[in-house]
Amino acid sequence: MDLVEYLKAALYILQGTGYTAALILGAMSLGFAIGLPIASLEIYGPRWIARILSLYVWFFRGIPILVLLFLVYFGIYSAIERIAMAHFGLRLELSPFSASLVALGLASGAYQSQIFRGAILSLPRGQFLAATALGFTARQAVFRVVIPQALRISIPAWSNEYSILLKDSAVAYMLGTLEIMARTKFMAAYTYKHIPFYVFAGLLYFTLTWLGVKGLKALERRTRIPGLGHEF
Amino acid sequence: MTAQLQKATAPPAGRPGDPERPGATCTPYAPGAPPVTAAASPAPPHLLEACGITKTMGDKILLHEVSLTLDRGDLKVLIGPSGGGKSTLLQCIHFLNPPDGGDVFLDGESARDMSRMNICLFRREIGMIFQDFNLFDHLTARDNVAVALRRVKGWAKREAYDRAMAELDRVGLASRADLYPAQLSGGQKQRVSIARALAMDPKVMLLDEPTSALDPELIGEVLKVIQDLHEGGMTMLMVTHQVGFARHMTKEFLFMESGRITESGSPEELLRDGSGSRTSDFCSKLSEIQGG
Repeated sequence: MDLVEYLKAALYILQGTGYTAALILGAMSLGFAIGLPIASLEIYGPRWIARILSLYVWFFRGIPILVLLFLVYFGIYSAIERIAMAHFGLRLELSPFSASLVALGLASGAYQSQIFRGAILSLPRGQFLAATALGFTARQAVFRVVIPQALRISIPAWSNEYSILLKDSAVAYMLGTLEIMARTKFMAAYTYKHIPFYVFAGLLYFTLTWLGVKGLKALERRTRIPGLGHEF
Repeated sequence: MTAQLQKATAPPAGRPGDPERPGATCTPYAPGAPPVTAAASPAPPHLLEACGITKTMGDKILLHEVSLTLDRGDLKVLIGPSGGGKSTLLQCIHFLNPPDGGDVFLDGESARDMSRMNICLFRREIGMIFQDFNLFDHLTARDNVAVALRRVKGWAKREAYDRAMAELDRVGLASRADLYPAQLSGGQKQRVSIARALAMDPKVMLLDEPTSALDPELIGEVLKVIQDLHEGGMTMLMVTHQVGFARHMTKEFLFMESGRITESGSPEELLRDGSGSRTSDFCSKLSEIQGG
């Protein structure tokens, strides 16, 4: 294998970065949209809703991501496709990419909910009390007072979730999504040069982790409340 | 020689057979029945009236049918040992922590019968000052005062800011408007929290040990603001251990212990030497600790 072929292969793998990035951005956002309401309702919602939500968290934190991926794709997705065909005559083709995104997002929602729950619980109870004392409804107090502070506290733990999710996203190759891992495996198998390509893939993951964590650090600095907590 | 103490007598056991609300003495609570309001009684309603407030936690009774009234311009002072239910009483009156029995009337209107939305309206009529300030940490002093005007009263940003500045000016903190709570001293934080409560134009202010979390040299500035408010005619119910300050300001002390108001009366009556009152005993112990 000469240098040009290596470069071509590397370029091919590099193109997977787009899929991986889209996958984790999508899954993080979905997880955020699921996790934040879960955390708020677990703490401020009625008891029975909190119970149901803790079942959600228990389920999605308890199931291996790969099992979840197969359940979503071969279970839910094919069921939806069959129902669409049978009842509406629609020929749906749901992509493996979106299945990976949904599976990662559902699981990340469970993890993120506990990040936010911890952050909300770490706030003094007086913040919510003071807001309701001024006439805020419970919902206003949560949105205007609790969440803006809880999100700031969540950022360090959130960068953990980002790093973990980034590497979890590698399982998406099992369904044939053309992200970094799938392309690396293909190239390695095709050329029998395993080590260089897996090292290259590792470096890509390192870089993505570093970039994301750096971005979140910057966000943490920008949103820091003057005078509060540690200077850095 | 025994001082004539106006012992707070236990409210008459009005409805001994009422299984649902053992604590209710003023207003029988019967869902569906027309509410009996204090306004229906011949006497003009008190500005604020708490009737037979009862609160339990588990099998522990925190408040035993506590009743008190506030008229316009009153400043009443609640004192007593910690754990006696003073803070719980304030939170029950504010319906932040709704009482299990009894009712609160503001201008003759019963809080017990209010919908959840109306309770929010009721709460904004009553200002609450907390021992540990509870300023919103993520907002500047100005926004702390303005946020409820904007979100609760729906004011425009400009109006809310103008009012916030006026209130901060009243407590002497206009120059600190752009600082965050973490950049303020304890006394300044408490003054911002007073400004925040005042901006809502409350009819009554409840102050829960407003100076207890402050360094001794910062207490004066907060007490000054409270004194100005009192002189301006604000109706207040204050929990405090600053007996020296309180006895000069208030006409009525309420001594609270084990979930009951056990003594009430003017400072002169209760604190006179040899009055033998529990209040006098407690206050002399306090001044031993505080060094006069």
